[in-house]
Order: sequence, then structure tokens, then C-alpha cells
Amino acid sequence: MNKIAILEERKKQIYYKGEESFDMRCERGSLAGSVSQRACVFCGSRVVLYPIADALHLVHGPIGCAAYTWDIRGALSSGPELHRLSFSTDLQEKNIIFGGEKKLYKALCELIDKHQPRAAFVYATCIVGIIGDDMDSVCRRVSEEKRIPVLSVHSEGFKGTKKDGYRAACDALARLVGTGPRTNNIGQCSINILGDFNIAGETWMIKEYYRRMGVEVISTITGDGRIADIQRAHNAKLNVVQCSGSMMPLAKTMKERYGIPFIRVSYFGIEDTAEALYEVARFFKNKKILRQTDELVKSEVRRIIPDLDQYKRKLKEKKAAIYVGGAFKAFSLIKALDYLEMKTVVVGSQTGNKDDYKRLKEMCPNGTIIVDDANPLELSRFILEKDADIFIGGVKERYLAYKLGIGYCDHNHQRKLALAGFDGMLNFAREVYSSVMSPVWQFCPRRKKV
Amino acid sequence: MKTREKLDAATQNPCKLCAPLGASIVFRGIRGALPFLHGSQGCSTYIRRYLINHFREPVDIASSNFSEETTIFGGKQNLLDGLKNICRQYQPEIIGVASTCLSETIGDDVPMILREFFLKSTSEILPKIVSVSTPSYSGTHMDGFHNAVLSVVSAIAARGNKLRQIGIFPGLVSSADIRYLKEVMGDFGLDHVILPDYSETLDGGPWTEYQKIQQGGTSVGQIASLGHSSGIIEFGDSLKMKETAGTFLEKHFSVPRFASGLPIGIKLTDLFFKLLEKMSGREIPSKYRLARSRLVDSYVDGHKHLFEKKAVVYGDEDIVIAVASFLFEIGVVPVLCATGARTGTIKRVLPEIASAYDKKITVCEGIDFEQIYEKTENLDADFMIGNSKGYYIARKRGIPLIRIGFPIHDRIGAQRILHLGYRGTQQLFDRIVNTVIEKRQEASSVGYSYI
Repeated sequence: MNKIAILEERKKQIYYKGEESFDMRCERGSLAGSVSQRACVFCGSRVVLYPIADALHLVHGPIGCAAYTWDIRGALSSGPELHRLSFSTDLQEKNIIFGGEKKLYKALCELIDKHQPRAAFVYATCIVGIIGDDMDSVCRRVSEEKRIPVLSVHSEGFKGTKKDGYRAACDALARLVGTGPRTNNIGQCSINILGDFNIAGETWMIKEYYRRMGVEVISTITGDGRIADIQRAHNAKLNVVQCSGSMMPLAKTMKERYGIPFIRVSYFGIEDTAEALYEVARFFKNKKILRQTDELVKSEVRRIIPDLDQYKRKLKEKKAAIYVGGAFKAFSLIKALDYLEMKTVVVGSQTGNKDDYKRLKEMCPNGTIIVDDANPLELSRFILEKDADIFIGGVKERYLAYKLGIGYCDHNHQRKLALAGFDGMLNFAREVYSSVMSPVWQFCPRRKKV
Repeated sequence: MKTREKLDAATQNPCKLCAPLGASIVFRGIRGALPFLHGSQGCSTYIRRYLINHFREPVDIASSNFSEETTIFGGKQNLLDGLKNICRQYQPEIIGVASTCLSETIGDDVPMILREFFLKSTSEILPKIVSVSTPSYSGTHMDGFHNAVLSVVSAIAARGNKLRQIGIFPGLVSSADIRYLKEVMGDFGLDHVILPDYSETLDGGPWTEYQKIQQGGTSVGQIASLGHSSGIIEFGDSLKMKETAGTFLEKHFSVPRFASGLPIGIKLTDLFFKLLEKMSGREIPSKYRLARSRLVDSYVDGHKHLFEKKAVVYGDEDIVIAVASFLFEIGVVPVLCATGARTGTIKRVLPEIASAYDKKITVCEGIDFEQIYEKTENLDADFMIGNSKGYYIARKRGIPLIRIGFPIHDRIGAQRILHLGYRGTQQLFDRIVNTVIEKRQEASSVGYSYI
């Protein structure tokens, strides 16, 4: 076999559980020359702010960065859809030489006049960091003239990893939060939903759970997000943070500034969804909410179990490989797979930290490969070595799995299928089932029975 | 939302991509080659994602992965380390290094760094390395594409005994188009080298083990032999007045160059086949004569459905020109022809063709999709033809979109769409007529079962 060698420098980012002492080296820049599955700082900021539907998202730089992020997420809006457009200053050589501030100013004014957004985010790309455009002052000026918040996002691609992009996005959001009015008519049991991006309407599903529980949702950041809601998010009594990798900086800032506590949750899988809702209910110590939560969870679980068990019977003992952006999602996926009595044989993330990897190690059975910032060569080696039946990841991993005769489930932002909440678990099981059980694999050479 | 304001400084929904993307496609069409982008991690990841969604194949592109220090002190060390790591992991025969806006702006001298790489390297087996300058702030992905072909040819083409062999630079066509060109050349008995050739690398079968670099592609040896070929065919009207791989071979290696538009439609395909008759000294094989004949027959069968129908054509310059010419010859008026590039080509070529058919059309360059949307307002077009990014316009205007070219992100089989030659034209023609018929059938209250 054409064995794929692991680079020496990468060896400390790959572990076989149970076979060696565990000390994951993570949160580092990718190795030069590696085909990392990661993106850049800009990408981190762009994905986090993307779902805010009544804001203008202007990418300041040459055309590529805006072109490649046009309509890139399956994040839905219940109203305006400005977020689905791609705006760029399309910097040309002469702008690189003489500076891009004038063009940025003009572009911002034109777009604000045309679209009348509630706010504008201006994203810095690599080149802006070099030519020294003073984005902040342009944003200030336009904000004064147009009387809307114009927020610069310092997301120059090279200034760190995707995680730093999350931070830059949270920094921009933090400048918005609290600029709305303090209102008295907000109830004691009110929350902000942080870190859900309304992919395929997931935020709506979760919001509906909270409504049924009797909990008021002040703002959803950023899924189906609106500027005015974000501005008054400081009125909420609790921040419920999903996808903690991206939204923790904002939750922490809001705790410092407004004393709003936060809890970290996940809405993937039955167990985590139920636990998320119970945890919110317990926080408010309100008997009615607790009762309603209990009713909700029980009725939802009862509703989906029969179908879910059908899939379980078929999927039992099948082997899954997971490679996702944030480790938090991996935790939930492992639990969801456990529920289906499937085995996790490979698990990795782009941005996990030491604690995340420790927890992954505790959750996985012996022999599971745990990996940080993997590349296609490593991933393909691992899925073949472990003979995985399904790969759960993003679009960059899809054809890697398919080529090797392995099923695939999209768990990234491009998907159009809701995987959160109770219905999401059912969708997830059906999605895994429809790939793993498809008859097409019989024709793939690796799967052919000899 | 107001839509009448004209945007001047801002671009809304771009109708072009950046140069490193074009270069990456070219490098994926060379045997044993790995593309390497000298810039931030995002450039390579975004471009991979974009190409993977079109070709539905794994596309590995390495990155030198700039950090803040790299940007301050220069990208040399990252490039050297990156190349070393790539050699260890992928064992490529050739690495194609394309620059980005970042590395260009900080002034990295890539050719000089590459010389140092070879001087310092202790390894016995070293890949060839070709570099191309592709700053994203100048031109489009098509400039990146053509410049990469030129860079590869100028770095590798060599002198030698004259071969009876034709080199073809087809431009950004589909994998199926490349396979078709090979078949045609074979049927004419012409030895040939097509650059780039991603007919297998970006449209292949399943594997038993991971292919670090997909099999197939134009080999370094074949590229070298271009320098002593008997002729070069270069497709694309946008290449006039530019230095290209073809003009380079003509100038430095005295290889005769024949430039032509993409062979789409009967007229342009006839020119191509005439050229092949001349080059091979053979008559057109009967297979193609019959295909042409069937095509003419279908033109006649469908002509009433198409006459004076109005189409919006958009995308890269060369495909816009070829498709618009084809539409004219079947009676459709391409009332709006638009491209995001700004080289003057379509403005030069298309009005002339339109006046030959005595038709008035609007030709726009340097345009974005939002402007195309605005221009379609009172156009009453019957269909749009172009890449998948125009879908939202077709949807809003309630007209069908016929997907061709690059990128197609919302359908399967983009790499298998055949555009070229009599066969490609036949397939396009049938799709166009049937789209018009279907629209009429769907809109009819009767629901005719014979049309």
C-alpha cells in the first residue's frame, strides 16, 4: 500500500487513544506546506457575522475574498436577506499603491444609500493590513454621516488562525451590544441565544423550544440576527452559548460589562439538546418553566424515538470518522453516534484546545484516533486504517470520503439540512443512514466483496 | 430596497474570481503537479472549496500559510519550509507556485527564493518548480489561468527535433471538452499535447487508496516537447494582443500558432475542423461530417422555437463570445452579453458579429451580477445562459437558466458538460430548444403532449 507518512512536526497533533501518553499540541498555526483544512482569520469573522441579515457586509480587499464567501452558508433569515449578497471594494493595483480608503468610503456610502442597512460590517483582508488603510476612521466618518453603526472587523487573513477571526467578530459585536435601550418590560426569564447560525432554520427550532418552555429570547446571535436585537441584547438575564469556540469572547465580554452569566450548551443530539434546555430551566429556578421543559423534552423524545430506533437497528456497530471545525461539535456528535450505537473511530477538529482534546479522549473508546488540524492525506489514511463507514465533516472532506467508497454527512455551514434539536437528531440519523446504506458502494473498488 | 442607484466604487455579487484560482486549475492539469499558493491559509482553502464544489473531486492545494511575522519579515522562510514539507508528503514531480495579493504586496521575489531552494537543497530528487505571478488585485481568474499556462510553457518548453505534433491550449473548458479534443485529434491521426489536461485529474473514478496527486495530466516531458511541435492551436479571443503560451512558442521556438475562438456553434467549429484538415492533410473523418450534418438537421427542426428569442449571456469572455456567436447562428439574439473581466475583448468582437446579423445587443464588461440583474429589468429575456452564479437573477426574473462553463455549484456533472465541437454544440442546442419548449409547455393552460 502507498502508505502515507505523517510529518515529524505533525506527530504531536495525532494520538491513538490508549496507546500512548496524551499531550495534544494544539492552537498553533498550521505547518507551512500542509494542505490544512483550516481557513484564515477573515473566514472566521465572516462566518460568525454572516447570518446578520439586515446588515451590510462589505469586504475591503481584492475580489477573491468576497467572491468565495458569496451565499456560502445555509443561514436563513425570516426577513431581509442582505447577508446573502457579496459586497467588495474590489481593490485594484492603483488602490494598492495609493491606498484604498477613498474607494472604501465611496463604496460604503453607495451601498448604504442603496440598501439602507441597519448597520455595516467592514472586513479587512490581508492586503488592508499591509497598505495601512485606516479603516477605523473611514468607518467612524461614514457612521456619523449615515447615522448607522459602521463597524470595522480586523480580520486580516494572516493575523492568526480562524479562531482569531472569531475574536475579531466578537469584538465588533461587543461594540454593538448595549447601544440599544435598557428596557423594563423584559421578563426575568430571558436569554440570548449565542453561537447558533440558523443553518436550515435551526435557530427557529431552538427558539420555539424556549417559547414552549416559557423563556423569552431577546436576541439570536447571529442566526437570523438583527442589529436592533443585538443592540438590546444586554437586557437579557442569561447568555446561552453554543459553538463555544466562536462566541465565548462575546459571552465573556457581556459578563464583564453587564454581569450577564453564560452557560455553554450544544443542541446536537437528544442528550445534549435535552441537557441544554434543562440547564436553562434550572438556571431560572422557575417551577412553571421546569415543568414545561420536562413536558417538552418528554413529548419530543417520545415523538422521535420510534423512527430513530429504526435507523439505529440498521446503523448499529457502523464506524464513523468525525472532522469538524470546533471540538464542541465533536463532543455532541460522539454522543449522538453513541445513541445510534455506532463507533467513533476517528475524531478531529480544526481549532480545539487542550481541554477539548482531553475531553475527547475521555469520551472515545480505545484505539480512536484523535487529531488536531488534520490534512487530506492524514484523514484519508485514518479512515482507511479504521475502515470507517461514514465521514462526518465539511464540504472539503466530502469527496475525499466518496473517492474511497465511504459515506458522508455534511455537518458544516454549507448544509441545507437542520441537524439541531430533536428533529435535527432524526434528520442526522436519516442522513447517516441514507449514505451508509446506499447500494452504490457495492461498485466502489474498495468496497467490492472479493 | 432601492435598486436604481448605480454602484461605482462597490461591487455587488462579483462576476469574476481572483487570479490564483485560475492558476490552481492549470496546475491541477499537469501530471504529478501540486499547486502551492504563496499567501495566507484562507486563499488555498477558499479556492479548494470553490473548485471542489464545481468538480466534485478532492482538490489539494498547499499554502505557505503566512502569519503576522511572515508578513513583516517576508515569506521566504515559509515558502522554503512549505516546499520542503510538500516534497516529503506528496513527492510531486512538479510544484506550481502562484503568488497572492499578500505576497505580491510585501514584495516577495518568488523566483529568487526558488533559486535559493535549489541551491540549498540536499535532496537528490527534486521536483520541478514553476512560479507564476497572480496578484488578486489585477485581472481575473482567467488572467491567472492564461499566465500560469504561459509560465509553465516558458519554464519547461525545450528545443529538439521537430515533431509531427500539435499543441493545444484550450483555456478554461470542461473535463469533457478536453476528452473530446483528444478524441478529435486522435481521429485526425494527429499527435497532440493539451495543456492543461484535467480530463482525468478533475473527473476520475473511485480509488482503493488515497491518490496524493490524481493520475493523469500533461507530463513535463510533453510540455517540453511543445517547443518542437509542428503547430499550436490556442483558443480564446481574449488572448489577442497579449503574450500567451502560444505567442511565446511562436516567438522563441518558431512554432506556428493558430488562434481561434472556442469552437462552439457550426461556424467556429468548421474553422477548427478546417484547421485540423490542413494540419493533418486528411479530410474530416465521416464521423464528424455526419455529426455536423445531424446538427444542421436539428437546427432546422428547432428553428421556429428559437427565432428572435432573447438570451442573456454572461461569464468569462471567451465563452461569452463563442456562445453568443452560436446563438446568433441559430436565430437567438443575445440581447445582453456581459463579463466581469475588463480587457476590451467582448466590446471589440461582439458588436461586429451582431451587426453582421443586423441585430442590436448590449455588451458590458467589468460588470457584476447586480448590474446584470438591473439590466435585465425591461429586457423580457427568454432565458439566461452562463455559470450557476446567475441563478438568483433567473429566479427573480422568472426565466430559465441554462448552466454552462465555470463555476456550476448547484448541479452535478459540471465537469462532464460538453461545450465544444459539433457534439458539444448539439448538446447545447438540444438543451436550449428544450428549455424554450418546456417553458412554453409549462406556461400553457392546455398541457400539450405534442410540441
